Amino acid sequence: MSNIALEVRDLVKSFSLDGATINAVDQVSFQVRSGEFVALVGPSGSGKTTMLSILAALLTPTSGQVLIDGQDLARMNEKQRVKLRREKIGFTFQSNNLIPFLSARENVEFMLRLNGRLDHASRIRSDELLARLGLSDRLHNLPAQMSGGQQQRVAIARALIHNPAVVLADEPTASLDTERANQVVETFANLIHENGRAGIIVTHDLRMCQYVDRVLQMQDGKLVRTYENKKEIRELARGSIH
Amino acid sequence: MKNFFLASYLAIKEVIRNRGRFLLVALVIALITLLVLFIAALGEGLANGNRQYVANLDAQLIVFLEKSDFSISSSRLETNTVKSVRRVDGVADAGAIYTSSTEIVSLPEPLKVSMLGAEPGRPGMPPVIAGREFRGGEAREAVMDRNVALRTDIEIGDVIQIRSTQGTEDEFFDLEVVGLVEGQSYFFQPTIFVPPATWEIIRPQSQSELTSDTPYPNIIAVKLADPLQTETMSARLVDEISNIEVANIETTINNIPGYSAQQGTVQTQGFFTLLIGILVIGGFFQIQILQKVPQIGVLKAIGSSNGVVGLSAVIQIIVVTMIGVGIGGGLTYLFSLGFPPTIPLVFNGSRSLIAVILLLVIGPLGGMVSIIYAVRIEPLKALRLG
Ligand SMILES: Nc1ncnc2c1ncn2[C@@H]1O[C@H](COP(=O)(O)OP(=O)(O)OP(=O)(O)O)[C@@H](O)[C@H]1O
Ligand SMILES: [Mg+2]
Repeated sequence: MSNIALEVRDLVKSFSLDGATINAVDQVSFQVRSGEFVALVGPSGSGKTTMLSILAALLTPTSGQVLIDGQDLARMNEKQRVKLRREKIGFTFQSNNLIPFLSARENVEFMLRLNGRLDHASRIRSDELLARLGLSDRLHNLPAQMSGGQQQRVAIARALIHNPAVVLADEPTASLDTERANQVVETFANLIHENGRAGIIVTHDLRMCQYVDRVLQMQDGKLVRTYENKKEIRELARGSIH
Repeated sequence: MKNFFLASYLAIKEVIRNRGRFLLVALVIALITLLVLFIAALGEGLANGNRQYVANLDAQLIVFLEKSDFSISSSRLETNTVKSVRRVDGVADAGAIYTSSTEIVSLPEPLKVSMLGAEPGRPGMPPVIAGREFRGGEAREAVMDRNVALRTDIEIGDVIQIRSTQGTEDEFFDLEVVGLVEGQSYFFQPTIFVPPATWEIIRPQSQSELTSDTPYPNIIAVKLADPLQTETMSARLVDEISNIEVANIETTINNIPGYSAQQGTVQTQGFFTLLIGILVIGGFFQIQILQKVPQIGVLKAIGSSNGVVGLSAVIQIIVVTMIGVGIGGGLTYLFSLGFPPTIPLVFNGSRSLIAVILLLVIGPLGGMVSIIYAVRIEPLKALRLG
């Protein structure tokens, strides 16, 4: 049985704006195993990005626990969190993913550089990864010379290249057409499964759920439903469940 | 060390990929450099023009008339003071110096010069680098600053004519040029040297002065047996000789009319140019950092430390400043080649070096705010902006 890469216990994140407090994440608990690909779905404002930011150690929760590879984020200082982000986490953001003055290849390799692991073998791996994401002919393009979808794929490569324990992707398909989106998420799912990462993908598009092992549905910060059954997930992806 | 490589990588990649933008700032820095170096050179040139003769004197102390406030032109000493000075214990030698201003008219374009009377072989008379020293007495001979020779094509052996207002009338005197000295500009004019007795006859003088034939020296240059004993010797001279005051070379230079004011002006100009430099560089990098908030957010979010982000900003500013100062230095050199010798620009090593160091410092100084800003960017907020 594969180990638990990510564990969330009673997680709460509240924001107070003008005196009113809202719970962007409200008492959420779940686990993700290595090699498991999970979708986080829910309406806009339901707390998905907030959730992901906490998992990526970019945001401190109000209460509750996050364990990555068994390490409790709350017990780390900022320096350790920075180290965790660069070693154990791969992250793609909703937008503004790439370093604008680095080419596609350099953006991916930068993750290796950060970890002091850029060598001949890892360079080859990085080019192979970009090739699998359909970017062989874009290696030398700067982000501004790529479409939004191509940029997202570069970001996915960057999120995977350093063999992180947990890969978090916030709406990587938002700027892709359906066909491209399917391709990208399928490749993403394959890479997660092959390499035994714990993957979480946030998406608006329920059709993308066909590639995941489990779907977590959020609403108003709460985890309202989990789909684990293959058949249920397939139906959800086809649009027969709401 | 790893941080340094990472930071350099980021800094330099960004500069190369945005070379147009960075070149523009580098050019602005280059122009500021050009300006600062020229102001420094002008300062040095003006200073030289004013003080060169005094600064190069083979003497440590200058004797003035009491209450002359160390002003060479208002000091008139008794003729025999120089003999008294030579008798003071600890004085190696002393020479009287007579100053005035005149004009060489035997040229297509009259040239204003400082005409100094000095005694051959005594302090006050600079070493002759070509030709010979003038004979004493009332010999109509002159030794000339090489600068004059360069500007006018006058050669050793030529006879020059000077104009001198005697009372109410212009009179003309012929002098044979017998030798050259170097670097002896005084009062912002090139100098010619003549024997004291000749000086007394041919110098411009008022009606009342015409009646006297005794030359009164303005100052006396005193060479000490022990050059380090300026304090003690100054006190001793004032003590033993009446009606005098004594200054060292530095004080004398600072009291040359206009010298301090002029240097102050030049330094203020230089200071403000550097200040403008700081503001321009600071402004540019601050605006740039505001545009870069999302990318810095990404860098931090994927695990770059504040150290790397800050260091990269510092390296970038230093690199751009160095390129700018380099271009500016090169431009200054090229321009300086084309400048006529009449413009008082002197590129003095130490002054230029100080200017270059200051210029290299103003980059990081100007960029300081932006660096602090970069380090403080919170990754999540930065990402939410996008
Ligand atoms: N820094 C903040 N301060 C105050 N409220 C915030 C902050 N960040 C998020 N929120 C609020 O928390 C809630 C959840 O936001 P979040 O961005 O996580 O939603 P989301 O599910 O990612 O939405 P979308 O699908 O539109 O990206 C929203 O109501 C949002 O307004
Ligand atoms: Mg979101």
